[in-house]
Amino acid sequence: MAGLIDWLTTPQTIFVLGVTMLIFLALQISAAVMVYAERKVAAFMQQRYGPYLVGPKGLLQPVADIVKLIFKEELKPKAADTLLFSAAPIISAIAAFTAFAPVPIGPATTLGGWLPEPMSPVIADINVAVLVIFAVTSMGVYGIVLAGWASNSKYALLGGLRSSAQMISYELAYGMALATIVMLAGSLSLREIVDNQAGYWFGVIPRWHIFAMFPTGLIAFLIFGTAGVAETNRAPFDFPEAEQELVAGYHTEYSSMRFALFFLAEYINMVTVAAVVTNLFLGGWHGPLLPESWGIVWFLVKLSVLCFIYLWLRWTLPRLRYDQLMAFGWKLLLPAATVNLLVSAAGVLYFGL
Amino acid sequence: MSIGHYLVLSGILFTIGAAGVFLRRNLITLLLSVEIMLNAVNLAFVAFGRQFGTVDGQIITFFVMTVAAAEAAVGLALVIALFRHRESLNPEAFTSLKW
Amino acid sequence: MAFDQLLFYGFASVAVLGGLLVIGQRNPIYSVLAIIVSFFGLSGLYILLEAPFVAVVQIIIYAGAIMVLFLFVVMLLNVPREDAAEWDRTHPFYRPWPMRIGGVLAAAMIVQLIWAFSRTAGLVQGVGDQRPAVSAVSELGRKLFTDYMFAFEVTSILIIIAMVGAVVLARKREF
Repeated sequence: MAGLIDWLTTPQTIFVLGVTMLIFLALQISAAVMVYAERKVAAFMQQRYGPYLVGPKGLLQPVADIVKLIFKEELKPKAADTLLFSAAPIISAIAAFTAFAPVPIGPATTLGGWLPEPMSPVIADINVAVLVIFAVTSMGVYGIVLAGWASNSKYALLGGLRSSAQMISYELAYGMALATIVMLAGSLSLREIVDNQAGYWFGVIPRWHIFAMFPTGLIAFLIFGTAGVAETNRAPFDFPEAEQELVAGYHTEYSSMRFALFFLAEYINMVTVAAVVTNLFLGGWHGPLLPESWGIVWFLVKLSVLCFIYLWLRWTLPRLRYDQLMAFGWKLLLPAATVNLLVSAAGVLYFGL
Repeated sequence: MSIGHYLVLSGILFTIGAAGVFLRRNLITLLLSVEIMLNAVNLAFVAFGRQFGTVDGQIITFFVMTVAAAEAAVGLALVIALFRHRESLNPEAFTSLKW
Repeated sequence: MAFDQLLFYGFASVAVLGGLLVIGQRNPIYSVLAIIVSFFGLSGLYILLEAPFVAVVQIIIYAGAIMVLFLFVVMLLNVPREDAAEWDRTHPFYRPWPMRIGGVLAAAMIVQLIWAFSRTAGLVQGVGDQRPAVSAVSELGRKLFTDYMFAFEVTSILIIIAMVGAVVLARKREF
């Protein structure tokens, strides 16, 4: 017992616990910020004002949304499977939060000498981090398919099955693009992949993987980004939850807190995919002007740009029909990812990386 | 934890899977019990691989998982075809070849 | 009890409990979910055995892909819960001869296990205390592509055969 207390009060443990709390809160706040940003960006792209009444410039709109969701009535269809109906949004939310665990947000730091050795601000510094993110994203599929089934309603079931079939189809291209980057970096650990992107070529071009082994890095970025958007069921791949087609897909029968959990899970999945893309392709926390220990600022800047691109895609591109979506994933993206992997493997072998 | 612990656990899981194959009257649960048996074998492989300090245990596990995936896919396709024929998932409904 | 032992018994009980729930449930969807829980327990055991790659691949492939396939088939076929009367009638606890033979076999196996354990001296040390673990993925890849190359290629052909076979078998027949 005394050993446990000793272990709990070492600086490393306190650091990891602090990072965990920070990331947990930051993810929830980012979901709220994304809700606001989505509505404002959508509005400006459609040449109208978004929410502007609640708080200055509508900044308190997410708070109003959350309060509304909490106070709504909790409905449950009578023929719904009670255990699964309640468990499905929980599974989705758990998978969404857990997927961010192996993602580092900044450079390894000693916090001004308080820590004995430099530690990376990550909840779990795993050496197979990339695969763990992939695994947890696969678990997120269950939340959706169980929600569709447990609602005991035609629209929900169809939406759930279509959505999960889409997610597992795009996981293949996702994995192939991931394999390309793992080959270029030579490691499965996200921290090492970002460390591989430090420095510049010719003093000007940053050594990001998006520019590596041109053009395979760029193609891998595009494939991974597309597959990531499809994985999170966002437009233009959001047919299964489209309002016009399937009422609301797998979360038709959900209300109040359970719907809030799905909503939260979707936005946090978006932020996680954006964070993973930042770390894998855009150099993570490396940036030109600031000193290295302020890298987290660059991480947040790149993350924000990627989230904006997510929103931009949603409100610019039309939705793909379901068979077009599946054909795109299987017949275009997967062969492209495979050929890209082969070409980059040949490149790595030839240039002896 | 000694190798004996891992092997006993593997044996228990294998027995549970075998019991499921013998006792259950549902084709899907039968296939699931077969998957439990394969997992028990995987555990034994990895435990022995760790005991002897080689990586071969993990590689064999990799192949077992791949074969299990292929077998699950074909097995489920068969279950779908059978269900379409007889509207039942009870293995006792498919006795027309018995003499 | 050392932390290692605690983890082992924890993960082991999760795996065994999941397995028991699989064969003891009437609703096939709950069986699939129980086996997924069992896989998580097994994954934890693989991590204790210092095989992180196998642990994660177990979740990705088994729990993340194969079980989704099972779930799809169960939902597609709309498999009903097994009837309660039928369940009680065919339950092994109500069949005398299977219980007797099964009991004898189980007792024989337990006696044999106790005999085997009492005679093996090398079972008290921890697994892998004698040699260091090889857990690096690069080592796995190297062995996979050199010693097990043939098996690797044959497995890929096997998967293609399985894919084609599954599509052909599950197709609607036009009579």
